[in-house]
Amino acid sequence: MNEITLRVNGETHSLDVDPSTPLLYVLRNDLGLRGPRFGCGVAQCGTCTVLMDGRAVRSCILPVSRSTGEIRTLEGLPEDGELHPVQQAWIAEQAPQCGFCQNGQILTAAALLDSNPNPTDEEIRDGMDRVLCRCMTYYRIQAAVRRTANAMAGRETDERGAAAVSGREDDR
Amino acid sequence: MNTRNEARRRPDANRVEDRVAKSVEQALGRWGGASRRDFLKASGLFVFGLTTVGAAAGRQGSEDASWPDPDFLQLDSWLVVHEDGRVTFYVGKTDGGQGVGTATQQMMCDELDVAFDQATVVMGRTDRTVDQGGSGGSDAIERDAMVGRRIAAEGRRVLLEMASERLDAPVEELAVRDGVVSLRRDPSRTVTYGELIGGRRFDVALTGANVNQTTGVASVKPVQDLKLVGQSIPRYDIPAKVDGSFEWAVDVRLPGMVHARNVRPPFAGATLTDVDESSVRDLPGFLRLVRKGNYLAVVCEREEQAIEAAERLVTTWDKPTAAPFPASDDLFDFMRSAEWAPPTDGRMAGETHGDPDGALANAATVVEAGYDVPFQGHTAIGPAHALADPSDGQLTIYTNDMKPYSHRTGIAEFLGMPPEKVRVIWMEGPQLYGRTAADDAGFEAAYLAREMGRPVRVQWMRHEETAWDTKGPAFAIDMRGGLDRDGNVVALDYRGRIANYAHVGYNQARTVLIAQLMGLRPERPSPGGARGPDDMYHVPNRREETSAVRLPLAFETPLRTGNLRDPNGPQTTFANESFVDELAVAAGADPVEFRLRLLRAATEDDEAFRRARSIAVVEAAAEAYGWDARPSPGPVGSGSVLTGRGIAYAYRQRTTVAVIADVEVNRDTGRVWVRRMVCAHDCGLVINPDGLENTVQGNLLHGISRTLYEEVRFDGEKVTSVDWRSHPTLTHRDSPEQIEVVVVNGDPNPDRPDLRPYGAGEPSHRPVPAAIANAIHDATGVRMRRLPLRPERVLEALAE
Ligand code: FES
Ligand code: FES
Repeated sequence: MNEITLRVNGETHSLDVDPSTPLLYVLRNDLGLRGPRFGCGVAQCGTCTVLMDGRAVRSCILPVSRSTGEIRTLEGLPEDGELHPVQQAWIAEQAPQCGFCQNGQILTAAALLDSNPNPTDEEIRDGMDRVLCRCMTYYRIQAAVRRTANAMAGRETDERGAAAVSGREDDR
Repeated sequence: MNTRNEARRRPDANRVEDRVAKSVEQALGRWGGASRRDFLKASGLFVFGLTTVGAAAGRQGSEDASWPDPDFLQLDSWLVVHEDGRVTFYVGKTDGGQGVGTATQQMMCDELDVAFDQATVVMGRTDRTVDQGGSGGSDAIERDAMVGRRIAAEGRRVLLEMASERLDAPVEELAVRDGVVSLRRDPSRTVTYGELIGGRRFDVALTGANVNQTTGVASVKPVQDLKLVGQSIPRYDIPAKVDGSFEWAVDVRLPGMVHARNVRPPFAGATLTDVDESSVRDLPGFLRLVRKGNYLAVVCEREEQAIEAAERLVTTWDKPTAAPFPASDDLFDFMRSAEWAPPTDGRMAGETHGDPDGALANAATVVEAGYDVPFQGHTAIGPAHALADPSDGQLTIYTNDMKPYSHRTGIAEFLGMPPEKVRVIWMEGPQLYGRTAADDAGFEAAYLAREMGRPVRVQWMRHEETAWDTKGPAFAIDMRGGLDRDGNVVALDYRGRIANYAHVGYNQARTVLIAQLMGLRPERPSPGGARGPDDMYHVPNRREETSAVRLPLAFETPLRTGNLRDPNGPQTTFANESFVDELAVAAGADPVEFRLRLLRAATEDDEAFRRARSIAVVEAAAEAYGWDARPSPGPVGSGSVLTGRGIAYAYRQRTTVAVIADVEVNRDTGRVWVRRMVCAHDCGLVINPDGLENTVQGNLLHGISRTLYEEVRFDGEKVTSVDWRSHPTLTHRDSPEQIEVVVVNGDPNPDRPDLRPYGAGEPSHRPVPAAIANAIHDATGVRMRRLPLRPERVLEALAE
């Protein structure tokens, strides 16, 4: 028996799986979660992202045996029944196309804003850079990150996507 | 419309009907044998849900599970009104993330006179939605949603007749709003659609020689009377995609389901000579190796076990005697030295007007240039996947196949099953763009499920997808053009070579990858070919000819070609619109004015006003950009970052587009950054402006990615670009900081009541490579003629 204990979205799970199993497959196939998805399996795309102790990590290469922190998936992002501000901004900007990559985009943005609530455009580009989108929704995602930062600071975002102007002129 | 509030109000409204249907499917799968019937009996709600949808009504016994085609000539196949007044539309299309479902719902609700939130769209299930072919060709709105409008209009007509009887008043005296019919003179007298027909069948026959012509007797509303059309209604699928509750094709789990992984040939055209089962037999969860010809898969209890087994399996392959293809570095030399073999059929055969050779011989200036575009992959963010359930002698495939109907007939033929025993349930997945028109994983899952006698889920790995997905073909294009003394274009000659012999990117029983690997072959390979570029320029002497180049290995090759977003458009337009720019340079003309001159030289318009609308988009793009007229290149700067602007224009079918790119070229690093893009876009009637803008933004950025980064690399025996490092894509860092989409309607009579919508899923993709290359020339004075424009290639060109 390989007893593995995972803490996911506030619940504790005990599972009998090979400890080297990547977290992704346990989340999806044993816990039935849909947020993290397989995109590459080699930590290059971000589709499988989860938050572990608040950091965005790639569950496709993380063995369950090392998944010892507090894990949050996209499903666990809302608090008290309210969507996370990032999720709200994503809907306001109508950011997704197919949406397959958006789990990684949303969670990476949440972690980015957690550590840097007021990023410049350059910091958004850099912070999000390793999360790929083949529908190429980058423009709207970046606008949604700005919108979230505004919302969290109590600022209005007047126009959809309007914040997408040069980082160099950024006065925030 | 306040998109934020609208979307927030209904975070869980995502396809309630569809979810119920899905849980029924899953429950049915779990309740095998006779208990299936018991389950149906036990759950009145679900029985009701199934039987009101004529198509599924036949499936109540388990032994003879069968999925006949929904009859497109029955109103009930398209439209169900429930007792509570909610409406379900059944549409034989699929949505690859461009919001086609939402737009279709808008159009149908408008004709039926129900509120948007009152309706649900079910798409792409071969047992419940009529065969409209699924996705492809950007035709969902242009063609199929127009069918939907006629159907909904007919539904409204029938309901109003019922209401007329019920309220005892002629139809002319009735008004209808949000599914409530009232008497104009006495609005307190009402009856709802739900009360009129809720839960019962219409039993109304439609007419039409084929599904695209399906119609009732009612006519559609004049465009001016449409209320939902033209509004940026938020997409119904987005909330669930953002909160993690959305159920994708990758999420379906069935009891008893097992996991398979393919083992691919290590070299193109290799023959599998030995499989050492002992290398995996003792691995935990190992169930079986399945092999036929060169097709090989491992099946295990758990997903990670199948991955490990596929990695560990020891196999022996023989290399083919002849090289399957030249290395990617030698590809264009190979293509240019191939025998010129123009296709003889129809539109591919090429066209000549006037006397191009004579005009070139007499031209004051002759310009010649060659352009090369490599093979490019689809490289979807999620590799191919499907789940097949073989219970009770039927087969159900859950997949993101964009063309579920051909998938169904293809699988039936492949496995020798009657089509009515097979059904395909499309569910969303990573973007389509042509990849899932050859749904390899679905065929594989179907085959393995039959072999195993239990549900099998197939998931391709990243290296497998990037190496073996269908490819957009490589082009080597030679252009010649002649100018007279005044700088007018007197001749234009396009000769394209395209490497898509045996073009096999479809759901065909004899050409999907598993079939090829099993040794199946079509009787005759497709001869391949492509049309030339699409523009409305008037050039008196013009020739367009294309020849298909045959690579040595036609089948079992990772270079099999399929339709990649706007098939051939970006490649042919890269050559054509770069070359028009080169002619403008030779004429010393401003690139916008030069194009307008070529467009205005024609005197007649066509049925879709493409000439007038082409002029309109070029002018609109230049105006939105703030274009100042001058010849290219501009004065080349002295710092390390050079800037420039470039324009390109094209049409696709009836949609016209012009794109202007602003670039920064770093001459120390070779990095090109497309900083700003302007796209003027005319697709006729716009259904959902925000959805259109999102779609165009995606087209532009996907175009940037193909222009700057994407190339399938191969040595003489295999593809070597197999992941996101070796096959890079556009990322956040290099995405433009400003994108402007200008929606134009250059129709000479834009207010006509029958203004049509045209396709938008692909056209704006088309001019992007040329616009960027033209901008680089404007910035640097250097002409880039070989895609992609990666830094090393840019540095090399700048050094010359
Ligand atoms: S699936 Fe984990 S990073 Fe791509
Ligand atoms: S939205 Fe489709 S891959 Fe990002």
